This record gives sequence, C-alpha cells and structure tokens, in this order.
Amino acid sequence: MKNKIVTVALSATFGLMASTAMAGTLEDVVAKGYIQCGVTTGVPGFALPDENNNWAGLDVDYCRALSAAIFNDPDKVRYTPLNSTERFAALSSGEVDVLSRVTTWTMSRDTQLGFNFVGVMFYDGQGFMVRKEDGISSASELSGASVCIQTGTTTELNAADYFAANGFEYNPIVFVERDEVLKAYEDGRCDVFTTDASGLAANRSKFADPSAHVILDDIISKEPLGPVVRQGDDTWFNIARWTYFALLNAEELGVTSANVDEMLGSDNPAIKRLLGVEGDFGSPMGLNKDWAYQIIKAVGNYGEIYERHVGPNTPLGLERGLNALWTQGGIQYGPPIR
Amino acid sequence: MAKNNTIYVREEIIAEKPAPNLSKGIVGWLRENLFSSVLNSILTVIGVAFLIWVVPILYGFLIGNAVWPGEGVTKADCQAPGAGACWAYIEDRMSFFIYGFFPQDAYWATQEGFFASIMAYWRVNAVFLVGILLIVPLMWPDLPYKGINAILFFAVYPVFVYFMLTGGVFGLEEVPTVKWGGLTVTLIIGLVGIVVSLPLGIILALGRQSKMPIIKSICIMFIEVWRAVPLISVLFMASVMLPLFMPVGMSVDKLLRALIGVSLFSSAYMAEVVRGGLQALPKGQFEAAASLGLNYWKSMFFIILPQALKHVIPGIVNSFIALFKDTSLVAIVGIFDLLKTVLVANLNLDWASKNQAITGYLFAAMVFWVFCYGMSRYSLMMERRLDTGHRDK
Repeated sequence: MKNKIVTVALSATFGLMASTAMAGTLEDVVAKGYIQCGVTTGVPGFALPDENNNWAGLDVDYCRALSAAIFNDPDKVRYTPLNSTERFAALSSGEVDVLSRVTTWTMSRDTQLGFNFVGVMFYDGQGFMVRKEDGISSASELSGASVCIQTGTTTELNAADYFAANGFEYNPIVFVERDEVLKAYEDGRCDVFTTDASGLAANRSKFADPSAHVILDDIISKEPLGPVVRQGDDTWFNIARWTYFALLNAEELGVTSANVDEMLGSDNPAIKRLLGVEGDFGSPMGLNKDWAYQIIKAVGNYGEIYERHVGPNTPLGLERGLNALWTQGGIQYGPPIR
Repeated sequence: MAKNNTIYVREEIIAEKPAPNLSKGIVGWLRENLFSSVLNSILTVIGVAFLIWVVPILYGFLIGNAVWPGEGVTKADCQAPGAGACWAYIEDRMSFFIYGFFPQDAYWATQEGFFASIMAYWRVNAVFLVGILLIVPLMWPDLPYKGINAILFFAVYPVFVYFMLTGGVFGLEEVPTVKWGGLTVTLIIGLVGIVVSLPLGIILALGRQSKMPIIKSICIMFIEVWRAVPLISVLFMASVMLPLFMPVGMSVDKLLRALIGVSLFSSAYMAEVVRGGLQALPKGQFEAAASLGLNYWKSMFFIILPQALKHVIPGIVNSFIALFKDTSLVAIVGIFDLLKTVLVANLNLDWASKNQAITGYLFAAMVFWVFCYGMSRYSLMMERRLDTGHRDK
C-alpha cells in the first residue's frame, strides 16, 4: 500500500517461494496445537493489548474464530506482532499460519506474492474529518478548503486524485509525521483532516472534545482489509475463508454467542446446517461437524465482533456503513452453507 | 621638630576585621560566581529568567496539574482542560510496561491487592529478584566470594532465567518469547548484550593485534563489517531476510535472532574500545611481561589487560550505555521492548487524551535515564577506585 519499491523487490523472491509453499498447514497446526497468527504491532480496534495485556480487536477475533473452529477453543492462538515490512516474509516463510493484519487486498499482492486473500473483514477507505462548527456535511462542499495531509503516503495521492477528478480547488498543507498533521488540524491551521476512516475515528477520540468534529460519510478510496493465507494450500484456505463466512451467516441468521445454544433447537434449516444439527459441513474441511457452533459460541457473529471493537459504542465509534450485511445496505455477504 | 620626627611603630597586631560585606556570605558568593563580569551578569539574568519561565510550567505539567492514579480516575480526568501529565495512565498500564504479554499466574490473577499483583507475575519477579541479589554483591567492591558470585551470575543465572521465563518444565506453563515484553525484554537484551560483548570484544581486540595473519584478518573483517552496517539493518536482516533463507517450516526464535544481532554488533564496537586501551600501554609493559617468562595468555591476563581495561573504563561504559539505549531499536522488528510497549499503549483509546503519548514518552525516558545514570555513576566510582596514580590528583 505504502511502499511500491519494496513490494516489487520482494515479489520476485516470494514468487519463487510460492511454488515451494507448504501443503498441509492444517496438519501442522493440529500437530503443534496452536495457530500462529500474525497481527499488527498496534492499531486501535483491530489489534491492541487490552487491560489484561492480551491481544484484542477485530483482526485478533478472526484468529480466535479460526482457533475455535479447529480446536473448539478460541485461545489456542499465538500472536506474532509484525510490522508492515516483515508481514509478507513472515507469511511466506511459514513463521505465521495466517496473517490477520489490516492488510489491503490488492491485485499485485493476491497474484504476485503467492498469497490468497480470505475475504474482507473490514471495508476501509479514505475519509475526511471537519469541524462541526463549519457546517460541512458532504465532501462536495470541500471546494477551496485547506487540507492537512501526511506527505509521502497514498493518502496524499488519493486526495490529489479526488480533488482533481471533481475539479475542486484545494490547498494541501503537508507534514511528515502523523502527529504533526493532527496537531495542525486541531490548532485550526486547516479545515479538513484526511486519512483512512478507521484512523480518523481513532484520532478523533484523542481530541479534547471529540464531539466537535465530524467524519464525513464520503469515502474516496478503497481499502478492503482482510486476512491472508499462503497460496497452494486449498484445505487451509477453505477453512480460513469459511470461518469468515460462518461469522457473516451467523449474523444474517440472527445467531449470536448469547442465543447459540437456544438456536440448536431452531426449525430454520439454514440455522440447522450452520450449527451442524443437520448435515455435516465440517468434515469435508477436516473439521468437526459443529465447527461453526464453536466459532459463534466463542467469539460471536460478525456483528458482535464489530460492535465489540470498532462499532458505535466503542471509542472508535465507526458506523457499519459498507460493513453492514447486504440485507442492511452494506456489502458484507456470506455465501450460503448448504 | 623632634616631636615631628618621632617614628610611629605599632606594637600590637590590629584585630582582625570581618571581611567586607560585599565579599562574604551570599552576596560575596553571588558576586564571585554569578556577577563577576558584565557578560556573566547578563548570562545570569537570562538564566534566571529562563528558569522562572520554565520551572512553573514543568512543575504544573509534571506535578501540580498532573492526574495521579486513584479511585475512579479515568480518561475524562486526563481529558479535562488544563490537565497535566496523565500518570494514572502509566499506573494503569504498568504491568504491560514491565511484563509485556507475559501470562499472569492463574490463581494470583484473581486475587486483590499489591502482593497479589506481584505474585501474578511471580516468575518474572523471581528473575528480577535473583538478578538483583546476584548482581549487587558482584558489583559491591568490598564483599567477598567474588569467584562463586561470578560463576552463579554468569553461568547459573542465565539457565535459571531461561527455564523460569520459557517454562515448559517443572509444571511451569510454557511461555513463547513473543509473549515476553516490556522492561523485562529491554533488560534481557541489554544484559545479554553487555555480558557477551565485553569478552567477545576483548578477544576480537587481541585477535586484531595478533601476529597470526589468518586470525588477524578474520578479526579485522568481523569488526569492520559489523561496524560498517547500521544496527537497524542488522535487525531487519535478522528478522525479514533470514527466514527466507531458512528451510521451509524452520524458524529461529525472533528474540534470539535479535539477541545475536545486538551482541555481535556491540562486540565489534567493544573490540575497538579495548584496542584503544591496548595501544595506550607502553611497549615496555609487553617486554617486561615477556622477560618474566610469561606466555602470551598469562602476560595478557596478568599484565596487559588489567592495565588496558582500566584505561578505557569510560569508553567501555560509554558503549554499554549506548548499547542499552540501542535495545529500543528492536521495536522496529516487532519485539516489544519497553519503548515499544509504551508506543503501543499510547494507542490505547481507553486513556485517549492529549497528554497520553507525552506522558508515556516521559515515563520511558525516566526509566532509561535511571539505568543509564546508574551505570555512569558506577563507572565513575570504579574509575576512582582503580586509579593507581595515572592521574594528577
């Protein structure tokens, strides 16, 4: 996302590695008794140590769901904190079994690095934050605004593209460090602060009065963030992918961690199939029949995970938006289990 | 006439008068030290003005308006306008800063109180305690049994630390090194680096002065290669590139990789410091040792090195301090040392406030300062003790 040269330089290496990528990740994982999960070194809402010094967040809960599906226990996970330069090497080399680390799904990463993207756990994108008193409600009113931007990032390019494409005048005020950008915006040196929407929310909660700032609904870039596995191990890829789909299906069917035991007695055939009451969808993947039940029991459905870590009632306070289910105006869509 | 020719001779000594008021007491001290010339007076006035300007601000931020830990103190207190340093945040995250992700003891984690909070991490705390019990008598000059003490510290203690922290034996829960963190990791990297780099550095320095061409060139190459690359690239190499060269599925522990990298890196610097000491010795010392019939190792250990090392104590300690501070670079390869835990905790929105990050940095700076200042004072003490007449008193 941020460093093209590194990507190009490393892709050749990883391309060669892909052909030798290990088969049988599931066997390895079961044999060692835990999943090695690559997470960030700290992004609020996605992976951050909680008050008991355990990793917590949206990305972390995905790994816990995977662990519940395989081991019937969400805590058989070991986390490897990875920074953005070492994440792909760690996955290629087998140091981690799955990379759940706010990684943007792009074509080059999917096709050239020897990886498979499991799905989109979070649709992020670049947004704008303005002061409430300015009365701006949409990005279309930003013509002529001064914009605080961090230089040398895709954020800067996206903003330039957006304003050029819409024929707006704008006055970029650039800084090298994220903190400087934030300080400048807070001091009133510019009207608009722009970065990824989840980052906007995290930064807003640091302001003296967070409610004095609004994040506009307009999103000007696509940053689909999701877990990644090595290419060439379809069994593991299926487990990773259907763990994610099970989270979505559970929300769609109204199955939560609280009512999952009750739901075992449901008459709805879709729920019966999901929870393994009817049919066996687990063993073809090498899992137990009640794999999805274990996931939901341990970590809840997608909506619960979202609410717990990034939703409106958390310090991040992110509305569902694109991340709502397809039935509720979003684009999160889980193929049926049948 | 004759009367006028009388010569006056004082017959008793004049009683001592007190010194003039302007050159004694506070006024005198001020005149001498602060206002001795026009330039000094101007500098004094500027200095005092600066202090008057800055001290109240610092006091207000660090103490007066600071938010101290207590019952019911939350981020709202730290967000309040005019609030200073958010010490409550540091107190709340203290266990993370010291122990990182190290798991708490199942029983003691559920108990309340200060003792329970110590016992919850009894394995790490035992390591700290034993370490202090061994290192203090080792460094205290007048205490006996240095030999046994040294063996315990350098040979037995590392084994003890290893089993205590990694576990997996004697019924201790296994803790992978990725779960280690905070001050624990900083001290481990710092201590291992110090303990490994000094002997390795001495050997490399001797090797560089050796008359045997192969040993000499190997040592020169080692030193020059490690000194020529930045520590960051060594760490990146160890954490990013090394796994790609390894057989698939095999991996060396990340912390171990960083430990090796840091140790080799600092031993190259140490070698050059020690070489400085060796070169400062007059040739006569080497010849005297040889004329006594001592072989190479004996002359080195009994004659040359004790003198050479004494000369370069400031340089050695300088390297130690630099090494201790450099340990924070391991953060960039995802190892959670003290600074990294602070950086990550700063992102925590439970304490989101304007001064959260500043308070975190201040805390990290203070911890580093305590350790580095301690090292520097200890080295000064050793210098004075070992000063056997090479310096003007």
